[in-house]
Amino acid sequence: MMERFSNPVLLKELKLRFRAFKSFSGLMFYLAVLCIFVAGFLLIYTQFSGTSFFRPNDSFTMFAVLSVLQMGLVMFMTPGLTAGAISTEREKQTLNILLTTTQSSTQIIIGKLLSSVAFLILMLVAGLPLYSLVFLFGGVSPSQFITIFLLYLVTLVAIGSIGIMFSTITKKTIVSMIATYGAMIFLGGITAFFFFIGVSMEQMSMGMSTATPFSPITYFWASINPGALMVTILYPEMANSLESVVGISLPIWVVYLIFYILLTAFCLFVAIRKLRANMKTNR
Amino acid sequence: MMVDIKGLTKKYGSFVALNNLNLTLDEGVVFGFVGANGAGKSTTFSILATLLSPTSGDAFINGKSVVREPKEVRKLIGYMPDFFGVYDQLKADEYLDFYGASYGLSADERKVLIPQLLELVNLTHKRYEYVDLLSRGMKQRLCLARSLIHDPKVLILDEPASGLDPRARIEMRDILKHLKSMGKTILISSHILPELAEMCDEIGVIDNGKLIAHGNVAAIQEQLQGDKRVIVKVMDQLEKARAFFEEDPYISSIEVADGKKEISFNYRGKTEDQVNLLRKALLADIPIYTLTEEEKDLEDVFMAITKGADEA
Repeated sequence: MMERFSNPVLLKELKLRFRAFKSFSGLMFYLAVLCIFVAGFLLIYTQFSGTSFFRPNDSFTMFAVLSVLQMGLVMFMTPGLTAGAISTEREKQTLNILLTTTQSSTQIIIGKLLSSVAFLILMLVAGLPLYSLVFLFGGVSPSQFITIFLLYLVTLVAIGSIGIMFSTITKKTIVSMIATYGAMIFLGGITAFFFFIGVSMEQMSMGMSTATPFSPITYFWASINPGALMVTILYPEMANSLESVVGISLPIWVVYLIFYILLTAFCLFVAIRKLRANMKTNR
Repeated sequence: MMVDIKGLTKKYGSFVALNNLNLTLDEGVVFGFVGANGAGKSTTFSILATLLSPTSGDAFINGKSVVREPKEVRKLIGYMPDFFGVYDQLKADEYLDFYGASYGLSADERKVLIPQLLELVNLTHKRYEYVDLLSRGMKQRLCLARSLIHDPKVLILDEPASGLDPRARIEMRDILKHLKSMGKTILISSHILPELAEMCDEIGVIDNGKLIAHGNVAAIQEQLQGDKRVIVKVMDQLEKARAFFEEDPYISSIEVADGKKEISFNYRGKTEDQVNLLRKALLADIPIYTLTEEEKDLEDVFMAITKGADEA
């Protein structure tokens, strides 16, 4: 029964990944960054307050900054882990042999994606002890914590899928890497820029009329920006402010979820279609 | 028939890599594919291995279409490309285990098969070594074992002996002979032509994407070498012999080597004509003591064919 659901590529990738020194060094680097940040944060806050204690408000601030930092690390590392998934096999001349096996294209692509996602989840889980420090001091609800982790998961699967897609359709890893980081910068930075432009234009037009604002495009840019969603999760009052600017009450996480699920599905579909030569029936 | 290629054509823009290739091979045949670099051998093999789609035409492996049923074809073929890499962090048995799982073999089946395959390719002693640490010849043999893991009916081996030292080549040849005795249909391309001639039942010669000859080794040599070069040695009367041969309509390009008392000429007649020629010469009292044909091996044939391509 287990054999039916096993994915040889996934098992092989996990074996190779955890045998490679760079995986351990990557994990170590990640935890070192988090450790330095948490230790520095605690030190600075206790020094500034002069009382050597940590208030729940400070704890929440640490949680918020830690969440943003971790999101940044996830967004930075995911392209590095996925953008070479197929192109590296092509460059190492192992892909042709893999493609002549009876594994389906779907199995190969999903195996590649899941192995990268598994490693990223391991990183997030490895950081949990540091993260859980915030619970010692209070100020953060478990539901907020879980929501943030779900946000990480959706985002890293989507960026991972983009990486796998570019890795499949481009011949060289470097090109795939640049394209994936470009897509990540668009989703994380350019959308924020477009959002602020939209808000500025909305405010300018609001100054001249008394009509209720309605700006679906500005709302859309905010909805697909991971940073914007994180801010509305951490500070729910920001969701109200956004609603007052764009005039749409639908929570942005709904659009975010739909958009990133569709993006993931599209990227995986393209990768699966393009992996093998386009025979008449290739699935 | 096990392999049936029908009108296979592959174009890259205006460049025609394969031009209406037709070929049929019966089960158990070892077929050698000969041609210069870029002649279309690897393209043909890539299409048969379902890695490349043809522009037109189709190929069938045991009746399964490469174009319409690639997944079924993959079950029937074992493919070894001319250049391949390995997963350097895997050990030899793990390498085979991964590909066994990739062909849907159960863990129990793999446990039985892997030691057998390693023994077949003389790598039992390297079972727990990292693949990256193996020599080139060992990697080639491991890759061959990999291509056999699902017991395919057809083996497609693109230059399996390339880059190997003589000892490794002989080891590879012995393994291929063993596979031939197991009844596998083998398609093999190689530049080590004498070895190919020795082990192949049939040879196909491809040039500029066209199959220009196909048959057994002797037939191919006869088909491609054109006029035979015949060498006649006489005791004496060299001039009389020369005058006699000059009258024969099938003879051209006569050369006389006085010192050796030897006459050589191109002969385009059939074997029966050659018997008649010899009979007539003896009746005409020409003291012939040997008549031999200059032999061309597969390498000469290959050189003759590819000369045109290189010059172009």
